[in-house]
Amino acid sequence: MNKSNMRALTVIISMLFFVFQAYAVEQTPAKGEAFPNITLPFPEKADEKEYLGLTGKGSFKIPQIKAELIILEIFSMYCPYCQKEAPNLNELYQIINKREDLKNKIRIIGVGAGNNLFEVDVFRNQYNIQFPLFSDESYSVHKSVGEVRTPYFFVIKNTGDKKNTIIYSKVGSIQDPKQFLDMILEESGMK
Amino acid sequence: MFSKKHFCFYILAGILVLLYSSTIAYGASEQFKGKIYNTGILKPVDSKTKLKVGMKAPDFTLPSVSGEKVSLSKFLGKKNVVISFVPAAWTPVCSDQWPGYNIAKSLFEKNAAVLIGITVDNIPTLFAWTKEMGELWFPVLSDFYPHGSVAKKYGVLRSSGTTERALFVIDKKGIIRYIDVHDINSRPGLETLMKELEKLEK
Repeated sequence: MNKSNMRALTVIISMLFFVFQAYAVEQTPAKGEAFPNITLPFPEKADEKEYLGLTGKGSFKIPQIKAELIILEIFSMYCPYCQKEAPNLNELYQIINKREDLKNKIRIIGVGAGNNLFEVDVFRNQYNIQFPLFSDESYSVHKSVGEVRTPYFFVIKNTGDKKNTIIYSKVGSIQDPKQFLDMILEESGMK
Repeated sequence: MFSKKHFCFYILAGILVLLYSSTIAYGASEQFKGKIYNTGILKPVDSKTKLKVGMKAPDFTLPSVSGEKVSLSKFLGKKNVVISFVPAAWTPVCSDQWPGYNIAKSLFEKNAAVLIGITVDNIPTLFAWTKEMGELWFPVLSDFYPHGSVAKKYGVLRSSGTTERALFVIDKKGIIRYIDVHDINSRPGLETLMKELEKLEK
């Protein structure tokens, strides 16, 4: 094989590789659609495991979380908007926790796009976050939700039989936590 | 003269670059939406520093965004110093790096370290840009005029006039203990930096 043929072959092979990569990034799932089938590692802390109603080891999928509604935030410790939003989300967590009728039905989790465990810990400690935060160092979750800007919020309704529907999919602050809660209860038919 | 083969090669290479740049995951913050200039993928490192671990860190005095002038020598014998050069305001990666450091203040303090941020941008630009990050606890210095003189001293001025994405850790005695001239396209991990700081005398 001569030199230019070799070069052409290299180019074609690398192109195929990158085309594949380009398609590996999914569209952001919208309201009404099913949430992508992502996998998260089991939280190490026992209370977080209990909060999510998980038993066992290894990894789990969203429908395994024992809750009717799951509020999932895609964040990054490096994102100033996510930093500003942290106290707001803590407030939402507290409001839900105080409501006897809701506290076992709604769960909040955060996924740190591109953050390793150390970085997720910095974020957790800085804002004293009580709900589980997961590291997505390889951006695999971030890619499966279409590389959203941060913070991005999904509210997922578990509809049983390992199925779910997104009832909220938006970038940016959840604004007033009380109104946000009212709105998602309404949307989910839980009100 | 381009041969037909060469022409095809360049076209293919062009498509390749376009495809590649569309797949980069920045994990960008909504805070900067529409305000970040996309630099594309840059040459990872475009300078060669003569400084080495164990050498004395060159002193400098630069104006800061808050108005005061900051000299490296003022921390001598008092604090360990981390100098963070970032390439330019309003560019990807840089816009996420300092906000991360901003919530890690306690980790710097635990290691008796201060952080100094430097870019070659002018003060008004740095003012507007850092405002987007919220209140920063560390000084941000402008190496604007004479252009990039401190960056040049540290050997991290790129041929384009911006700086490398570089970290220098300097101990209380003014000795360089760690240098990371990072790939400009990616963010250096906070964990690595903290591990280096932990090695220093508190």
